[in-house]
Amino acid sequence: MEFMGYRRQDAVATRNYVGILTTVTCANEVAMAISKRVAGSSLFIHHQGCCQTPVDIKRVTDALIGLGKNPNLASVLLVSLGCESVDVEEVADAIRLTGKRVEKIVIQEEGGAARSIAAGELLVQKMVQEASKNKRVPCDASELILGLKCGSSDTTSGLSSNPVLGKASDILIENGGTSILGEVTEFIGAEHLLAKHAKDEETAGRILEFVERMENRAKSVGCDIRGGQPTGGNIKGGLTTIEEKSLGAIAKAGTAPIQAVYEYGVRPEVKGLSVMDSPGREPEILTGLAAAGCNMICFTTGRGAPQGFPFVPVIKITGNESTWERLNDHMDMDVSSVLGGSESMDAAGKRLFSEILEVASGKLTKAEISGYTASMDIYMVGPVI
Amino acid sequence: MDIDAIRLNEKDNVATSLRQISADEKILIAQGEEKREFSVREDIPYGHKFAIRGIKTGQEILKYGEVIGAATRDIQAGFHAHVQNIESLRGRGDRK
Repeated sequence: MEFMGYRRQDAVATRNYVGILTTVTCANEVAMAISKRVAGSSLFIHHQGCCQTPVDIKRVTDALIGLGKNPNLASVLLVSLGCESVDVEEVADAIRLTGKRVEKIVIQEEGGAARSIAAGELLVQKMVQEASKNKRVPCDASELILGLKCGSSDTTSGLSSNPVLGKASDILIENGGTSILGEVTEFIGAEHLLAKHAKDEETAGRILEFVERMENRAKSVGCDIRGGQPTGGNIKGGLTTIEEKSLGAIAKAGTAPIQAVYEYGVRPEVKGLSVMDSPGREPEILTGLAAAGCNMICFTTGRGAPQGFPFVPVIKITGNESTWERLNDHMDMDVSSVLGGSESMDAAGKRLFSEILEVASGKLTKAEISGYTASMDIYMVGPVI
Repeated sequence: MDIDAIRLNEKDNVATSLRQISADEKILIAQGEEKREFSVREDIPYGHKFAIRGIKTGQEILKYGEVIGAATRDIQAGFHAHVQNIESLRGRGDRK
């Protein structure tokens, strides 16, 4: 199984952008202005980078390094203010280990926004032209790192789109690829079942640990996630227990054994299915998946979630026929045929896997076409100080 | 629609309806590549579960091939399986 990708030094890309990444929120305005003026650039901004605890500054640093290393970025421009806690040189040096070109603009050194924007534009124009010489070549499906996400779920999610994604993920893993499951919040209630699918005791233990940690984060501000599930709306819709609800979400990870459990944004060192700490919210999880090296993301939805990410294609799959029609400019694949009886789960899974290969080879997703590529931020655990 | 309900795994003892189904309707349940005839015995709302074989009080309810809860009463085949006769085994932190 093959797709047409860009071969980088240590990984394969499905897109070929010049990334413009800010090291701190205060540099966002300049980065935004540069990216508006240079076609072929991809903007990553966030609201972190300073006035945070050392633990969080390290998280921002590591996430930025992971994002910069993502193969879908041919080269990177880092935009820094100059006084922030994140060390732009540290980030640049780490990204350069991939062999890609990394430049930086420091606003306070450049002399303000106008000068920085001009310097940044001229620099990125050159970088984009360089990147445009890269060509797609045949690559093996095993080079795909697939992020799994569900959002705006409804009854169809647990019955069609999630199990279908699970089938496609299983196919990818059978072909030597990698899938990453985040959204630890969604495991609550079925974590013991997910842990059963871990390859060994240690991995199973880590899954339970991560779930406990996520539950405790919410408890620390007086919120009992477990006690509130399923919600009244869920019950009306047919979900009886929290186990059932969680299993409906976990279905998107298929049946492959879980090889490892990683912290947020950490790149898997093994092929196969792994679990990554992240919440369910789009900006944070999509960013975490991109930082972990995903060159593809599949996102199932019931009611129609439009979100996409700057430089990783996000394929939208729905099993809700009405959503497919009404939000067609955001939806890439319709699997309502499984609920209509005209297609089996297995066949739909194969169809999704083919779509993944096509998108990996350059077919644009609706999110990329409809301009919905701004769901981004870095997951923080501590307070702003 | 060709099918009226779906059974997600061969181990499951419940199926989930894909539309509002009336009592005593003959329906088709999809499982994998197959479709099987069945009669429900009471009204089942869209998205709700019904037992596909008799379930005894205390017996585990299986969906996705996994335990999603236990029966709090006997549930006969074709009857609505939901909060009135199923309880969670994990939903409460004090009941590990």
